[in-house]
Amino acid sequence: MPELKEYAKYVGSDVLDELELYAAKLKNVTVQNINSTAVGGGVAEILTNMIPLLQELGINVKWDVIKGGEKFFEITKKMHNALHGQEGNFSQEEIDNYLETNESNANQMNLHGDIIYIHDPQPCALIKRKQEVGGKWIWRCHIDFSRPDKLIWKFLKEYVEKYDVSVFSAPSFARELTIPQVLIAPSIDPLSDKNKDLSQETIDAVLERFKLDKNRPIVTQISRFDYLKDPVGVVKAFKQVRKSVDCQLVLAGGEATDDPEGAQVLAEVREVVENDPDIFLLLLPPASNIEINALQRASSVVLQKSLREGFGLTVAEALWKAKPVVASAVGGIPLQVAHKYSGLLTHSIEGTAFAIKQLLQNQPYAKKLGENGREHVRKNFLITRHLRDYMLLFLSLIYPEGDVVHL
Amino acid sequence: MSESHIEPFHFYTRQNLIYLTGKKAKNISELLAGIKELPLSSIYHHTHHYLEQFEFLTPEPPNDYAYWIKDILQDRLLGEEIASLDLRQFSTLEEIRNKIIEIIEASVERNAESLQRSAPPGEEFYFKKARSFIFPTKYISNNLNEFLECLKNVSIYSIYYHVFESRLRGSNNDFSTWLASSLNETELAREFLRLDPYSQTLDNLRKIFTRLIENRLKENTNART
Repeated sequence: MPELKEYAKYVGSDVLDELELYAAKLKNVTVQNINSTAVGGGVAEILTNMIPLLQELGINVKWDVIKGGEKFFEITKKMHNALHGQEGNFSQEEIDNYLETNESNANQMNLHGDIIYIHDPQPCALIKRKQEVGGKWIWRCHIDFSRPDKLIWKFLKEYVEKYDVSVFSAPSFARELTIPQVLIAPSIDPLSDKNKDLSQETIDAVLERFKLDKNRPIVTQISRFDYLKDPVGVVKAFKQVRKSVDCQLVLAGGEATDDPEGAQVLAEVREVVENDPDIFLLLLPPASNIEINALQRASSVVLQKSLREGFGLTVAEALWKAKPVVASAVGGIPLQVAHKYSGLLTHSIEGTAFAIKQLLQNQPYAKKLGENGREHVRKNFLITRHLRDYMLLFLSLIYPEGDVVHL
Repeated sequence: MSESHIEPFHFYTRQNLIYLTGKKAKNISELLAGIKELPLSSIYHHTHHYLEQFEFLTPEPPNDYAYWIKDILQDRLLGEEIASLDLRQFSTLEEIRNKIIEIIEASVERNAESLQRSAPPGEEFYFKKARSFIFPTKYISNNLNEFLECLKNVSIYSIYYHVFESRLRGSNNDFSTWLASSLNETELAREFLRLDPYSQTLDNLRKIFTRLIENRLKENTNART
């Protein structure tokens, strides 16, 4: 795992010095993180990256994982989808299983700490033990919450409102709640395989492997083959662009073999591609981080034409590589792209095509947007900012009064 | 002035935790209603975080309201009016709020059509508010040389706190106040004050302050030799 000092070349030692200032106010504070999985998925990745760094800063941060049977995880997956906006009917049996699993975890776990930090809906009902355990309780919602299914939200809200504070990733996820809602955006790690600097040889080797022409502009969207990422819309926009600019399109995402919907989307994309030799559909195995990094770095324009989005960290990844981005104004994307300053926000296939053409044909403008984007990510979406926000969140619970807190 | 009488300058830094209010606006009337209703910590956030978060945009719109009105609602005239609001004129958040309300109401009266403008879905104005945490840093200076060294090393957040937020604590600019009152460097203090910090990035501002002090130190050395 990287040490904190390795980030100095990206954010400056002044920023790291300040992290130590905040941490010094949290020396005797114990924080217990609880989520539902130790590996796989965004939350586990965040905790894996953040916890060692918080510990290096001298904060007593722990991480526990709840246990549950297959049925429990089926229910929480369904709950996750319903909170994402899909309709979902929950039987009493399912609700009972969810509550009983939380109850048995509460019995088996050593719930402790000055701050109990619960991630996502799976362990949310542990809050029933708040009075007994004491401490301050945080509920961190990592998922897109802009249009949750009403019934499941009504059920969950009853538990959420027992927490001291809730945390959301984007302003559009905020709800009407009786407890404070804090905005903490996720972050990218500049030292990870997906974001670290790559040599030109490595980038060229990846292009060669996928048979891309490095002498013609490449337009890329990195995302799984999912209706919500609108890959068909991306292909249609690209075909409009190509009427006036010679370029290539890369749609790269995880393999869809175990996801029936993914296979269906891929089939639809293939239909609209019509064997066009300049459109590359790349099905990448998991852990293709270097390949994704190289494809982003080789691109002239990066797209994220999603119809719905959680936070959309692929945008931050592209901006960090100083790439001009064309994206939809959904989820956390407007936080990352200030329209016409750090990228372009579009709302239609035609608008996306026009924006891509503008950027391919006006390189100084594209370069400026990319450079602005990199600076924006450096200040706001790197892991060091995330560490700062976590520490401020902890401090906000220790010092709950006043708009201005002098420490 | 002998150094034994000098009040040392303590550099502080300030970080904000951002809270979501759950309220949003899709047009100018809703924006105005939010500005009127929400607490001053919301006015503070929307007028004070922009420069830090989007400092690469300088000298573009220095606050959230101006950016949203100009680039999302596409009302360039009102956007420009809010953008050009000189926050240095105001010593309280209440005054800032009243002035913004006055400008928006005058604009709506002048041009009722602006009420029809609406933000595209997903680009609504989300009202937020902030809580500030102020930390003392290890940087303390007793003279101009030490001040220069500190200024080179503190974070941009510290510079922001002492230059931009000082007005809300009743001081024009903490640096110039200290330079004048503790070091008797009145001309240097005036030069600091003359700068319009809103037209610079924070890193640039640091460079300019540094250069001004270095020039002053050179003058002192030349005067002695």
